[in-house]
Order: sequence, then C-alpha cells, then structure tokens
Amino acid sequence: MARIKKPKIAVWKFASCDGCQLSLLECEEELLAISEAVIIAYFPEATRAIMKGPYDISLVEGSITTPHDAERIHKIRRISKTLITIGACATAGGIQAIRNFKDVKQFIAAVYAHPEYIETLNKSTPIADHVFVDFELRGCPISKFQLVEVINAYLNGRKPNIPNYSVCMECKRKGNVCVMVATGQPCLGPVTQAGCGAICPSYDRGCYSCFGPKETPNTASLAQWFEKLNLSRKDIVRAFRGFNAFAEPFRKESETYEK
Amino acid sequence: MKSKIIKVDYLARVEGEGRFFVKIKNDAVADVKFSIFEPPRFFEAFLRDRRFTEAPDITARICGICPIAYQMSSVHAMEMACGVKVDGPLRQLRRLIYCGEWIESHALHVYMLHAPDFLGYEDAIQMAKDYPDLVKQGLKLKKIGNDLVILLGGREIHPISVRVGGFYRVPTKKELRTMVEPLKWALEAALETVKVTATLTFPDLERDYEFVSLSHPDEYPFNEGRVVSSKGIDIEVSEFLNHFEEIHVEHSTSLQGKVIERDDYLAGPMARYSNNFEKLTPKAKKAAKESGLGKVCNNPFKSIIVRAVEMVFACEEALRIIKQYEMPEKPYIEVPPREGIGHGCSEAPRGLLYHRYKIDDGGNILEARIIPPTSQNQKAIEKDLCAFVEKNLHLSDEKLTWHCEQAIRNYDPCISCSCHFLKLKIDRS
Repeated sequence: MARIKKPKIAVWKFASCDGCQLSLLECEEELLAISEAVIIAYFPEATRAIMKGPYDISLVEGSITTPHDAERIHKIRRISKTLITIGACATAGGIQAIRNFKDVKQFIAAVYAHPEYIETLNKSTPIADHVFVDFELRGCPISKFQLVEVINAYLNGRKPNIPNYSVCMECKRKGNVCVMVATGQPCLGPVTQAGCGAICPSYDRGCYSCFGPKETPNTASLAQWFEKLNLSRKDIVRAFRGFNAFAEPFRKESETYEK
Repeated sequence: MKSKIIKVDYLARVEGEGRFFVKIKNDAVADVKFSIFEPPRFFEAFLRDRRFTEAPDITARICGICPIAYQMSSVHAMEMACGVKVDGPLRQLRRLIYCGEWIESHALHVYMLHAPDFLGYEDAIQMAKDYPDLVKQGLKLKKIGNDLVILLGGREIHPISVRVGGFYRVPTKKELRTMVEPLKWALEAALETVKVTATLTFPDLERDYEFVSLSHPDEYPFNEGRVVSSKGIDIEVSEFLNHFEEIHVEHSTSLQGKVIERDDYLAGPMARYSNNFEKLTPKAKKAAKESGLGKVCNNPFKSIIVRAVEMVFACEEALRIIKQYEMPEKPYIEVPPREGIGHGCSEAPRGLLYHRYKIDDGGNILEARIIPPTSQNQKAIEKDLCAFVEKNLHLSDEKLTWHCEQAIRNYDPCISCSCHFLKLKIDRS
C-alpha cells in the first residue's frame, strides 16, 4: 500500500498579538493527535525546526502594516497550496486598523521619540487585500474548535462548517435573556458573526464584535437602536470601530456617524 | 586573531518576532544586539479618545499569552484615577484569575518553550516522543490554568469578564468548587515539575541583578504592592516613571528599560522570587529548598525552576481563595469617571507591567503609557548574552548559538507586547 504523505502546515505571523496562533497550542487535549496527523513544517512560536516549502496549508495571522510585510505575504502565497487567514487582524486589519481613520504620522509622533526610524504603512490591511485567500477564519481571538474544523475540512477536501449567521442565534440557543432588550445594554450581537458561543451576553454584557460582521449585517438598523438607547454619535462610532474596525460594513457605519 | 558572528534571524519558541546578533573579535565579545522587529501597532496612540472602560478589552490585545496582566494593570490604573478601591471577594477573584494566568503561562513556558532547550530537542512535540508523560503532564497543567481563566473570564485568550470595578459576571461557589479537584492534581504536578526541572543541567552563569518587582506586606504579589528593588528602590506605583525610564542606547534603536540612576534591571519570576521569598507558602518554600534554590536566585537559566515554584504557589493560592470564597452581591462596584491620572502595576507571568492613563471627567482617555516586561528586560537580556558568551568562547558555533537562544528564552520574552518597539537595522559586515 502506498504511504500517505502527511500534509505540511506552516504558521506565519504579521502584525498581531500572537493569540490566534497560540490557539493551536491551546488545543492541549488535541495537540499531540494533530501533530501525528500533519507535519508542522514551520511554526516559530512552537519550534526551531524549519522545513522548506511548499506547504499544503499556510495559516496566516496578523495584518499587513509595513512595506516589508506587504512583500513577504506574496512569497508566502507562492509557496502555499492553501492559504487560510486566522483572526481579526488577518481578516479585517485588526485593532491596529484604528490608525486607518487617522493620520498615522500623528500616531508615530505620539508613541515614538524618533519617528524617523519607524517604517510603517499608512493603513493596516487584511491579507486578502494583498493576495488570494482560500478561507478566512474570524475572531479576536479565533475559536480553537473552529480552527480544528477548518484544518480538518481542508485536509479532507471539504468545505469548512463555519456558520455565517449572527451571535443572536447562539445566544437564543443558550437560552440567554437578551441583554439589549432586557437591560438596555448596547450589543453588537445582531450584526456579528457567530463562533464565540455568545460569551459576552452569557457573562451579562453586550457583544463587542470580536468576530466582525456577519453575512449581510444591518448595521444601520442596529445603530438606530443604539440611538434609542441614548448612545452619543461618538459612542456609536467607537462601538463599530473596535477589533474589526476596517471590515467594510463596520467602517461605513462608523463613518456615517462621524460626519 | 579569532573573529566570528553568531546570529539567529528569527528567534523560535518565543512569542513574537525577534533576532539576535553577537560579534566576537580577538576572542572577546565586541557587540551584542537583541533586537525586535515586531511591526509597531500604536496602542498608546489609539487608546486616546477611547472610553476608560474599554482599556481592559483593548490592551488585552497587546498580548495573546498574558491578556490578564494587561487587563489587571489597566483596571487598577483606571480605579486609581477615579479614586475607587476594589476590595473583598472581588479583589480575591482578581488574584484567582491571575493564578490561572500564571499556571497556564508558566506551564506553556516550562514544558513547551524552554524544557526542549535543556533536553536537546527542537520543540515539545519532538520531546514528547521520548518523554510522553512529561509533555502530557505539562499540557494538562496548562489546561487547568486555562480552565480557571475560562471560568472567571469567559475564554482563555482575551477574556471578556474583567471590567473596571470588578467583573461583568462572577462565579457561584458551586462553579468554583468544580476547580478544586483539578487544582489539587495541578498542585501535585507542579511539585513534580519543581523536582524535574531541578534535575536539568544548568549552564554556569551568575549575574549581579537588580531585581525589580512588586512587594506586598502580606502576600506574594500579583496586582498590588510597592515597587521594590534589591538595590534599594521602594516606591509607590505612581512614582514608577521617576525611577525607571525607557531609553535609546547608542547601538540600538529599540527602547530599553533602565533604572534612571543606575543601569539595567531584571523583572519577572526570578525577581519576584528573590524579593518575596518569605511570602511564598510553606509548600512552595519547601519545594524550592529541596530543589537547591536559595532564597535568592542569580542564575537566569534556573528561572525554569522558579517558574515551577511559582506554579506551586499559584495552585495553593487558588485553592485557598476558592475555599474562602463568598459570592459578592454584585459582580462589580460602580466607578464613576473623574478627571485624573492613574497608574497600575501588576505582575505578568514574565514580569512587571506598568500602565499610566490620564482621563477627563467624562471618562475619555487623554494619554496612555504602557511599559511591558520585555521592554524592561531587554537590556538585561543583552547583558546575559554578553556575560554568557564571554565565559564560553570555547564552545562550537552551533552550541553557542543554541545556548544564546536558550539564554533569551530564559526570559520567556513576549515580543508581541513590544507593540511600541522600534525597528532595528543590523550591520552585517
């Protein structure tokens, strides 16, 4: 019988907190089984061993924020059969995309004594703005269960079973009382993609959308509800300008309220 | 004349992106650079004009390994700015979630990032082939730490329940009791970890560090206390910037922590341990003594044992808090904003983390300053490399490189938190 070649997986990092790639190491119970099924060919956070590409799957974390990184992602695409982005930074530019609404020069001057040493792009952009991406996994951080599902799906040549409906569905299934209706707390759940398990409403707070916009979100309607809850226009801008600020529906809604 | 360059362009098994470079000329160390090429993320800039209540959610995103530390330093700073003190069970729960973070982070470091160096493996997965039970023990310990964070915080990475004034939701006594048996197991596993780490072979290196950590009159420190050093500093957290600075050294464009009136200093488990040995529990003290550690540890490679001892402490402390817990009436106390400046220092697994915020009377952040542990330790890392290479010039390049990497990993450097480091260009001539 022909030996089945184990697929090679690589993990790449751009501007990020490392939390999404850490999710792989957080698979404490599954980690050794995963390492039996695949070859972890490049994953600097976990190993100093490096195996040359091409790779069957590249998991890419982080957003593009420097000229060097804008070039590096093309090289990674060329040596990857399948490229999957993991997390809000890689799929929407991340929290650091808040710079995209401001003049980045002011940001540099605010943080660094020697701005002339800083090499950075004006905007923090998702990977898909630069290269073709096979699949985008949402979340800040991603759900490790969804990550295992996506890797499993690609290794078996099927479509990942990742829902694109809203957090509200998860909330209802858990039997949570709606925090917005019952307690008047602003909640981004209605426009946010499911996947976290509706943790925030389960802990008695509104969702702040770490998973970003769901498919066809009605942000305008939700913003009107926020106005009825007496949120100021500035607060509405801040609500949409979080960890997925540069995702298009959120960006547009925040800009509407900034005017 | 013997000259050579030892360098690693992408340091593995640390969090984030860093490199190092050692130049040896005429059998002496001519230059050492530990540098960070993490892209800047500008947290301190975009925190401006956010609500003071958003700081724990936003700053958690600085680091995926120790988000609790960022949340804790920020909530304490905000409460100081608003003149509010959180006490009683809420304060205990904050210590408890910190126990979870120390257990998961130390277990990750000891078993997956650092132990492979001592045993000669490229990573924990290769190590698992020869030491399956050891790696499984480490993974289980890590999981128990994470489970505690999940119970209190909602999830292990970027937890959602921590807020200014307390928590969004607090656990019931019954929920907390589910952690008792796992923590008892973890305590035994942590004691075992101390024994195992004590049998490793440690490169010979002792340095005269200035240990900097928090110190509290009654407790081994997590969130509160004075900032003290082994060379005489003893100050309120609010005086931090009067004694510590981040500077640009001549050979490097990256920011490095320094005691203003002296030089480099060391934050992290070894500093906490050496400054606070007497505050450890009897079991942790006994384990430390049996492992051969003194009350002060000056060999940076032995920080792996110190981490194990701190895991013993964290398990015991967690069990104590759970036993005494009475659920508070409300999960948080109200913190009405007022104009002011607040400072917060807490003990991230890898060392002191300082936050300072200026807010207006509406609760808008006007200024933010964050000094993470890796920034504070950067200069000490370079000095360790220098001292180690000077003593070991006879080693082969391969061995020297391996030990230099190991010396950096002693710090568990969390380079992502260097969200405000500068890019360093290296002359490779």
